[in-house]
Amino acid sequence: MVYIVQTALQLGCIYALVALALFLSYRILDIADLTTDGCFVLGMAVSVSMAAKGHPIAGILMAILSGGCAGLVTAFLQTRMGVPSIIAGIITNTGLYTVNLMVMGWSSSVSLLKSETIFTIFRSTGIGGSWYAILLSALITFACMGTMRWFLSTRLGLSIRAAGDNRDMVSTSSIDPRRMIMIGLFLSNCMTALSGAVAGQLQKSADINAGTGIVVIGLASLIIGETLLQGRRSLTRNILACLAGNIVYRMIYAMILQTRIIPIECLKLMTALIVALSISAPYISDSLKMKNRARRETGHA
Amino acid sequence: MLEIQHLTKVFNAGTVNEKKAVTDLSLTIDDGDYITIVGSNGAGKSTLFNAIAGVFIPDSGRIMLDGTNITFEPDYSRSVYIGRMFQDPLKGTAPHMTIKENLALAYLRAGNPRPLSRISRKDEQLFQDQLKMLEMGLEDRMNVPVGTLSGGQRQALTLLMATIVPPKLLLLDEHTAALDPAAANKVMELTNRIVSEHHMTCMMITHNLKQAIQTGNRTLMMKDGQIVLDLKGEQRKNLTIEDLLRMFREGTHEEFDNDRILLSE
Repeated sequence: MVYIVQTALQLGCIYALVALALFLSYRILDIADLTTDGCFVLGMAVSVSMAAKGHPIAGILMAILSGGCAGLVTAFLQTRMGVPSIIAGIITNTGLYTVNLMVMGWSSSVSLLKSETIFTIFRSTGIGGSWYAILLSALITFACMGTMRWFLSTRLGLSIRAAGDNRDMVSTSSIDPRRMIMIGLFLSNCMTALSGAVAGQLQKSADINAGTGIVVIGLASLIIGETLLQGRRSLTRNILACLAGNIVYRMIYAMILQTRIIPIECLKLMTALIVALSISAPYISDSLKMKNRARRETGHA
Repeated sequence: MLEIQHLTKVFNAGTVNEKKAVTDLSLTIDDGDYITIVGSNGAGKSTLFNAIAGVFIPDSGRIMLDGTNITFEPDYSRSVYIGRMFQDPLKGTAPHMTIKENLALAYLRAGNPRPLSRISRKDEQLFQDQLKMLEMGLEDRMNVPVGTLSGGQRQALTLLMATIVPPKLLLLDEHTAALDPAAANKVMELTNRIVSEHHMTCMMITHNLKQAIQTGNRTLMMKDGQIVLDLKGEQRKNLTIEDLLRMFREGTHEEFDNDRILLSE
């Protein structure tokens, strides 16, 4: 049980960054950014490859930067090249597959055997005892969440929020909405890549397929968190919801893994169902209400 | 101050839906002019405004503001000196952001503050003072999301946002048409006060003919993408609605047809 909780907390903290990134792109900017999957692997590949060469910390930083660049490519396609936003993400994602292979030296996986990682460096300081890995991931995640909350109330953050809330109003306030999308997707993909970078150094390996379905899992956690914390009321709650949702998702995941209530191979399908249902919930309940009313008022439906 | 030369804009050119929205329109506006614009449905009033605001680039013609050619300048950069308001109160504000945050965004037009700075106490005080002027009690609700305000309140707030950094030119596109009469009067009264206080140059599209001849110092009437009547000074004094409709008929040999004008009053 302790193991389940520990794993869930650990992974929840790391993958919460993806939920946080999606919160910025999907909720704040109102753009479904499908760069996420490839970007996650990119972060992982850069960080693990650099750690293998003996630069774990620089690896994390480079991973963040390269993720941001991937975001810029998607943003460039949709704001300057007239590509619809979803397709722009898919295009970048597809291209990233090759880039990721290239980063990993044209092999489909890289592992760290005895190389140092940020985790081994942190462990050697002796802080946190056996919980050192969770502590370090939590520190990284809380730092990102804090920065995000602060950023969203700066003038630039306000402009980005407005760009997602009312694009007409933004251009009457001397703000270029295209630039806001550029900055927003840059930042959100920085965080996705950071998530992949930390995950890679934790598991001491990078795999070309590690990102499959990350975007859906991220959305699932975002929505679970929002439902649990009634998170759409304030920004602070919404940001906390990203973490809470992810930990809950990982708990369920770990429990299924242990108890095997659902065969583990079916997990992606379950996740997809959960996300589809939770996104469509408001729509379904509306149309049910309408049907009921029609039945009541006309005698038949 | 504003000079429009031979402006033409055709939508869907070359298709069955081709629409000549504005045709070879020229207009010169002086500093401090307060112009009202009336016209039939589809006369090109809003297209003219969109061209001035930079929503699109015209097919031909030039737009000069204070001697600078702004024809190809994008809308967001024109918005520093051209303020805009729409008929739809939902268009001018960000609903999920607070009154304070909306005002802070509008205040970005004042110049380049550091992008990573937060709303300062000083700005907050300024917003509060300005909101007091509206006499709607909004100054006590600065942290409320704008989406919870009524249409009249939202439109008054939009007016404040458009003028908190006084623009050189203010474009009002039937900005009171979607409001109930009391709110419309209130917003109109605020508009006149703000425009005269800052000696702003202002253009207002309206479907209310009485308002058109009573407000401002010059009235334009548009039809089929052109200006068919331009009244100012002596001509405009003591003008009645009947005069206006008669002049339109004589000028175009057609009845003035705008459903909403015929239905109002």
